Amino acid sequence: MKQNYLKKVVTLEYNKELCSGCKMCTYVCPHGVFEVNERKAKIISRDNCMECGACQVNCPEGAITLQSGVGCATAILYSKLGKTKGEICCDGKC
Amino acid sequence: MNDFHSGFTLAPEVKPVVATSNWSINDYLGSVKVRFAINRDNYKVKPGLYSVGFPGDESEIFVSANYKLSFDILRKNLNGTDAWILVLDTKGINVWCAAGKGTFGTSELVNKINETLIAHRVNHRRIIVPQLGAPGIASHEVKLQTGFNVKYGPVRALDIQEFIDNKYNATREMRRVTFDFFDRLKLIPVEWIFSFKYMLICMLIFITGSGFTGKEYSVSNLQTVGVITALHIFMAFFSGTTLGPLLLPVLPFRGFSLKGAFAGLLTFIAALILTGQWQISVYNLSMLLIYLAAGSFFTMNFTGASTYTSLSGVKKEMKYAVPAQLIALGSGFLLFVLSRFIQL
Repeated sequence: MKQNYLKKVVTLEYNKELCSGCKMCTYVCPHGVFEVNERKAKIISRDNCMECGACQVNCPEGAITLQSGVGCATAILYSKLGKTKGEICCDGKC
Repeated sequence: MNDFHSGFTLAPEVKPVVATSNWSINDYLGSVKVRFAINRDNYKVKPGLYSVGFPGDESEIFVSANYKLSFDILRKNLNGTDAWILVLDTKGINVWCAAGKGTFGTSELVNKINETLIAHRVNHRRIIVPQLGAPGIASHEVKLQTGFNVKYGPVRALDIQEFIDNKYNATREMRRVTFDFFDRLKLIPVEWIFSFKYMLICMLIFITGSGFTGKEYSVSNLQTVGVITALHIFMAFFSGTTLGPLLLPVLPFRGFSLKGAFAGLLTFIAALILTGQWQISVYNLSMLLIYLAAGSFFTMNFTGASTYTSLSGVKKEMKYAVPAQLIALGSGFLLFVLSRFIQL
């Protein structure tokens, strides 16, 4: 079942001018946000972005920018309470 | 690859650790225990170079984290294929989380490629990094600094064989993270363990409060109101730690805090049916508020376990959700106290 989070909140920005069409963003994105056609990437499902930052880090042209981070309420609460608790990690896999 | 000058293999001093694709009983036990948060902070393997089977100069190099479960799942899915595994020092954290923190990162990968002298053991320059490691690895930087081409493997180790057979191409499905029922179910025990302490504290306060009837304190109340209240508290926590996460895709709303509040409401109705106490009362209203608060709060905390929530989104919903949860908890508690003094 398709799972969707909040609409129109992500900080993802993409500059088409800089894109070289290397497709790296399509390889690293875990939510299929990008598609490359005619040597240019395109954002096809912006609201699926989880701001993991993989596309930004792996774009050799610097065409993608975003404020990456982990969407974890526990970590946000801890930091608001001034606790660092060493390495904050909230999920069962961490 | 031989050393140009001496003809000797250059890397004899870096001995790979021998590993196999097979899991021992201890590997199986360990993988279950970490799901219950037992020994989870110390479930590590030593970083460095590993050989699985009898890898040679054409064998693939896979990169993993030194969280033992990450490493174990990778080697298991190699199914006996000869391969090298390069384990990065991620402080015992899995690939995806470590990539987010940057410990599974470009500089650590470059260091490990250099330290282990892996370039002298293979004739090719391919290195397979799990796709979920990509937030930490700038592939073009790795190429620049070491000459190795990073090939991003599939999200799930299960698809590795097909990925290699397809000349290092992953299908669309292989590149997507999912979060199905069983993915979520595996994460529930950890939710229980982390919320257990708070549930006990909450129960203790409410059970103690149940003894009051007006100005009197009666222990026999503990067996009636006390037991029912303890059941309510248990179910309220259950709605947030278990029902909300499990029913995630079928619950209405997009925000986890709203989904959780809805799960709390459903559980409250189930509890009323179970106890047969349908009347409109201050007590029931106070319990409803506790369900909404606990359901919402603990489901909201499941955002960290989920695979699709963004930081911006979580911040946005928390701005409204946290004050609402506090108000629900506070007014729920006050109404409970009130219900003990005036019988409505």
